[in-house]
This record gives sequence, structure tokens and C-alpha cells, in this order.
Amino acid sequence: MAAVTLLATSGLAKRFGGLVAVAGVDFSLRAGEIRAVIGPNGAGKTTFVSLVSGRVPPSAGRIHFEGEDITALAAHRRVRRGIAYTFQITSVYQRLKVAENVALAAHSGMASGRGDAAAGLRARVARALERVGLADRAGQPAGSLAYGHQRLLEVAMGLALEPKLLILDEPTQGLSDAEIEGFCALVRSIAAEATVLLIEHNMGVVMQLADRITVFDRGAILAEGTPAEVRADPAVQSAYLGT
Amino acid sequence: MSGRALLLHAGVIVLLALLQFVLPEYFRLQLTRVMVLAVYAMGYNILFGYTGLLSLGHAMFFGAGLYGAALGVTEFGLAPPAAFLAGIAAGLAVSAVVGVLALRTTGVAFMIVTLMFAQAAYLTVLYFGNVTRGDEGLVLPPEARGFDLLGLGFDLTDLSTRYNLALLLLAVTMAVSLAVVRSPFGRTLVAIRENEPRTVMLGYDVHRHKLAALVLSGTIAATAGAAYALMFAYAGATFASIQYSIHALLWTLVGGAATVLGPLVGTAIMFTVIDLASGYTTASLLAVGVVLIVIVLFFPRGIVGTIRERWAPWLP
Amino acid sequence: MSFGPHLLLAVLEGTVIAAVLALTALGLSLQFGVMRIVNVAHGEFFMLGAVVAFWFSQLLPGQPAAGFVLALVGAPLVVGAVALASERLVLRRLDYDPEATIVATIGLLFILQQLALTFFGPDARPVAAPFNIRVPLPWFGFSGYKLFVVVAALALMLAVWWGLTRTRIGLVMRATQYDRETAEAFGIPVDRVYAGVFALGAALAAVAAVLIVPIRQAHYLMGVDPLLLSFIVVIIGGLGSLKGSVVAALIVGLSDGIISVFFSPTLAKILGTVLVALVLVVRPRGLFGSAER
Repeated sequence: MAAVTLLATSGLAKRFGGLVAVAGVDFSLRAGEIRAVIGPNGAGKTTFVSLVSGRVPPSAGRIHFEGEDITALAAHRRVRRGIAYTFQITSVYQRLKVAENVALAAHSGMASGRGDAAAGLRARVARALERVGLADRAGQPAGSLAYGHQRLLEVAMGLALEPKLLILDEPTQGLSDAEIEGFCALVRSIAAEATVLLIEHNMGVVMQLADRITVFDRGAILAEGTPAEVRADPAVQSAYLGT
Repeated sequence: MSGRALLLHAGVIVLLALLQFVLPEYFRLQLTRVMVLAVYAMGYNILFGYTGLLSLGHAMFFGAGLYGAALGVTEFGLAPPAAFLAGIAAGLAVSAVVGVLALRTTGVAFMIVTLMFAQAAYLTVLYFGNVTRGDEGLVLPPEARGFDLLGLGFDLTDLSTRYNLALLLLAVTMAVSLAVVRSPFGRTLVAIRENEPRTVMLGYDVHRHKLAALVLSGTIAATAGAAYALMFAYAGATFASIQYSIHALLWTLVGGAATVLGPLVGTAIMFTVIDLASGYTTASLLAVGVVLIVIVLFFPRGIVGTIRERWAPWLP
Repeated sequence: MSFGPHLLLAVLEGTVIAAVLALTALGLSLQFGVMRIVNVAHGEFFMLGAVVAFWFSQLLPGQPAAGFVLALVGAPLVVGAVALASERLVLRRLDYDPEATIVATIGLLFILQQLALTFFGPDARPVAAPFNIRVPLPWFGFSGYKLFVVVAALALMLAVWWGLTRTRIGLVMRATQYDRETAEAFGIPVDRVYAGVFALGAALAAVAAVLIVPIRQAHYLMGVDPLLLSFIVVIIGGLGSLKGSVVAALIVGLSDGIISVFFSPTLAKILGTVLVALVLVVRPRGLFGSAER
């Protein structure tokens, strides 16, 4: 497989006052893979993806996306370039309808010039809702959806942006087992078009979905490799898996 | 937008046009004022209602239009149409500068910063009292009470002329509001109001949208101010005071924030309430205070907002 | 008078203003810090304090000292009670939503102002100082009462600081300020803390007003300037930081005193207001405020 690097960080660091959340991380992501980021609470996973998505400015280091330096780029411009971020704590427009939520994303994605004509907006919304299975709830206010469905709406909004890189921050948190299964199938289908960067606690989901896994610990990368390699890594076992 | 919404708004304008043939002179004059001030409130509503930014300094924009037009007449000898444009230009400039500065803050800080800029502007009007005549106010000279435009002569001392000019201004502002609300721009403003971080992460330039909303809002307020100065031949410092900023908030809240008709309804009602109250007592401020508290406690969506919530979800 | 005496006078007058201002701003800062609300009616509680002080002083005609003491005790109680009532009847029902609170306190501002105009009248009315002593200084004699105001304000602020840091009530207040939900989980009656803080904040403004009425007369519109100046102080000092507020009050009071001795007061106000707005624009947490936790 010809490896095209989609995202690369070098020496990426973030300090909050005296606290080092991310300590000089060199990370790279190939186009087309599903990458899981795991690690104990406070390992710096969420801060790391916040740096990548531009929600938090880095203290040091560079970020390259598709070979271009995007370190200084504002968050919304990164989204336009194709980095979509779904929030860890569900953050949909509660008072707007489900379809309106997705339309806001679709409209933004189309304005970037990668979409078809303006007439395609409705089709794009329908497509995104169809894929996550919310098509029959399009007219409902988002706030009236069940929690699991709100998580799916988040993903639909990410999809409607038609991103190159989709960052999912703990997407299965609070979902039922049945919902998780459906979710895994969804992520696999997304991976056909976009690269997926996934922060996840549920090891079953990680082992099932990820092509490669990056293990974070205390703001740095502890290990990286295929699920089998990571599982066999003694450092990971002692630090994180605890077995 | 649904046809009936368009029909309703057109109907309101037609109704106002017809009212001038039945209303006695005093009420026609009052309604002229209400229409001009409703334009001010509609401008305020774009920022407060749709974008969710609570400004306590909009009197500064109204005042920029008011003094831009009035001083255009008294200091530079402009004819009313040119003075009107000067007022709008002044509002555009002031709102752009204030917007760039104030939008660096959010929430409570934004309210306080707009309040302070407006207070500084108000004090500036007083400071240059030899030109603005401060609280006492500027009265425009008789030359500014009429003008020719496109071969037509307008007499601003004539009530019907004023009434219909105010109505025209209201109709244009209402059309602009409707266009904004249904445009992608307007929908993005609502998205910012509902959830700003999410809107950033959908790839929208939130800051640019907020600035555009503030400039549009401030310029509409200034347009109302310029029209007010020219129609009533008067510009006083009171119109730039904190109280006038609060009036815009009050009228919008009473009618219903984030509804196109709300500011008009709210302005008309509060004008009538204060008019009636001042017939019996001098305690009009008391009425304002009580209404504000009652509204936030019991009708946070205002009159039109409540109607929309209960009976007419299609209202823009 | 030459420059030296002018400057000394300006500094003295500025210190008096600063002392009263610090006390008023302390009330606003407490409310903002603990309850996370902006009380736009704060200036009207100040005004109410002055008006009530006038009434109390009228109860004991010919005995300025006794009347003053009565006002000093009574006015904060009356104003605190009014504040308590408005907190229970209005703010609590709004669940302290920041925007709704601002709108509601604007309403309260109008109501209080109108009531004062109706029952107190449009005229400014003086309250006699409790004593008349002139303290001799190198170039001129200075009002002993004004010096007393500075000392009294300082003593009150120390008392509040002591109460906040050394007593159980203060601990409860600080816990509520730090994290409302956790405080609730630990059984702190957050609801009652809020009511108390709101009343206390208003009472502090009232005390400040009682101290100032022998110097500046009571008037129904006198609340506007203290409100804006308190905002300025609280902002420069950092929203919610008590220590910052006191330092900022000194800066604002002194510069106000000095600038208005040498320049036009309106120009001074314009420049001051713009400057403060810019401080907030550039440093939203104020000059002394620490990073948000």
C-alpha cells in the first residue's frame, strides 16, 4: 500500500500553566486508515486532537496536513480544508431540527468548493442522515432525540462536511451494546472515503476497528502499532492494560 | 420561506398604509415615530435576537445616524438626502470600529464594553456642547424641512409625507430583515447564537459573521437615527444615552426577540403604554421597569415569540 | 495656590473618592464573584442608601451625630432588605441566568429611580456631617470628616476581608464561588448563600452612600456614576477578584481626583471610560485578574 501521509505533527506540545498536557508529540497518520488513540484519563488524548483540530493553540511544534503547514491556521479554516471534529460532549443545536443541524454542516462543506451545486444540499443532508439511520427523524428538534441518536447526529454532521479526516472523540461513550455494534459498521463504511482518528475507551471497539493504535501516556506516545503489536507490547501492558 | 409569512408581512405594511386614512392627526404623528423607532429596534434585533449578542450600546449607533444627519445639515449645509446618507455612513463607520474592538470580548464583557463605548460617545456629545447643543438639542433650520429628489418635491413639515417616508423605511427594513433571516448568512447567525463552538467546528468564520451582523445592525440603527433627525428636525443628547440603548432592548424583548415583526409590535406597545402612563402620572419609568421584569419572568419570548411558539411555528 | 497644594488636595480628595468607591465596588464584585451575575441596579442601591440616610437624619433633627449613626446602621439594613426581596422575588426565579438577570436588574434600576423621584423628589438634599473638625495641613485645613470616611471605609473592607477568609460563613461563600454544584453536593445551602451575598453587596453600597452624603448631597440620579465607576473598578481589578478591586479603586479614585482638579471632568470621564473599555478588550480578565480556572 502506497502510504500517503495525511497528517503529521512534530514536537507538538501544550502546556496549561505549569501542567504539561502534551509533551512534544511526533505523530503521523496515513490517508485511508482508521487510527485509534488510547490511553488512561489525563494522558493528553483530547488535548492532542484539540491541537490538531485547532480548538487549542499549541505551545510548541508544527502540524502538517496534506503536506502543508497548518499550525497557524484558525480552527474553522482547518475544517474547510477537511478536518472535521466531533465533540466528546454532545454538542448539537438542541433547538434546531435534525435536518437543519446537518444542513449547517453540509452548507459549510459545500462552500469549500468540494461539493456539487447548491441544489445538492438537500441530497447531501439526506445522504448523511440516511447513513447514520436518522432519516426518519429529520423534522424533529435535535434536543428531543435520545442520547444515542444525538451522538449519531454528531457523526452525521461530521459526514455532511465530507471531510478528509474525521476526528471522533469518544463516540461510543454512553451508547448501548446494540448501538455500539451499529456504530462500528458505520465507522467502517466511513473509512472507505475518509481517514478516521478515533479516541476510544472501549477496547472491544478499538481492537475491532483500528488499523493501527497509538497509546498515549502522560502527554507522550508510549507505543504505536497494529492492534496485535500493541496488545503484545510489555510497556503498554504494564502502563495501561494492567495485565 | 412560506408564502403566508410573506403575505403576513406585506399585509402589515398595507394595513399601516391604510391606517393613515382613518387615524386622527395625533395618532398618525405617534405612529410615524413608532415606525422610525421600530426600524431602530429591528436593527437591534439582528444582533440581539438572531445572533444572540446583547449590546447595551446601540444608542451610540442611533446617535451616530442622528448626529451624522443633523450636523451634516447644520455644520456642512447638506440637503436632507445627502444628510441622510451622511448619517448612515457615520453609523457604518462607528459600528465597524466598535465591532472590531468589542467583538474581542464575549458574554458579560461584551455588554459592559458596548455600554462603556456608548457612554463615552454620549459624553462626547455633551463635551462638544457648543456644536451639538448637548441635552438641549439641535433644531434643524427651515431650509432642511424640504427637498427635491428625482424631480419630486418633498415637504417634511407635512405629516403625510413623513408618515409615508417612515412607512417606506419600515418596509425596506422589514424586507432586509426577512432576506437576512432566510439567507444562509442568517441561518449561520442563528447557529452562532445556539452553539458557537460547534459553529466554529463546522468551518464557519464566526468572528466575521458576528462583525457583519454588528455592522448591519448598527447601520440599520443609524439609518433610523438619521431619518428621525431629518423628519422631526431635532437631535438631542438623550437619544444617545444609556436609556435609549435599553429602549431598543426593551422593545425587542416585549415584541419578541428573533422574530421579524416583534420589534415593531414591541415598539408600538411600549410607546402606547408610556404614552398612556404619562397621561396619568409622571412615572413612565416605573412602567418600563415593571414591564422589563414581567417580561423576563413570565414571557421571555415576547409577544410575537409566544405566538410563534404556541400557534404559528412558521413565523420568521 | 501653586502646584504643590493643588496636588496634595487632589490626592486627598482622590483618596476619599477611592475609599467610598472601593466599598461600593466590593459589593458589586462580591455579587459577581459568588453569584456570577452583573447587577445593573447596584448604583440604585447606592442611591437608595443615600436617600434612606437622609430620612433617618431627619428623624433626629438638630442631632447630626446621632442621626448619622442611626443612618449608618439603618440604611444598610433597609437597603439590604430591599435587595433581599428583589433577589427572592425576581433573580432566584430567573435561576441567575446572566442575560435575564441583566435585563431584570435594568428593570429594577428604573423602578428604584422612579420611586425615589416620586417619594424623595427631584432636589438634591444634604445630610449634616456628624462632626466638623478641620485637620491642619501644611497649606490648608482639611475636613476631618473626609479623613474619617477613609478610615471607616478601610475598616469596613478589612472586616469584610476578615469575614471572607476567617469565618465559616466566608468559607461557605468561597466554596460556593469556587464551584456551585460541588458546594451543593456538600450540603451548602447555595440558595441562601446567594440571597445573603446579594443583600450584603447592596448593603455595602448603602454604607458607602451613607458615608458620602455629608460630602455630596442625596439625589435620585446619583446612582449612575457609582455604577459606572464600580464597573470600571471591578473590570480593571479583574471580575470577581476582591484584592484587585481595592487596588483598582485606589487607581481610579486617585486619577479621578487628580484629573478633575487639573482637567475638564467630562473629558476625564470620556478618556477614563474609553480606556477601561479598551482594557477589557485587550485583557478581558482585567489587569489583576488571574487566568480562569
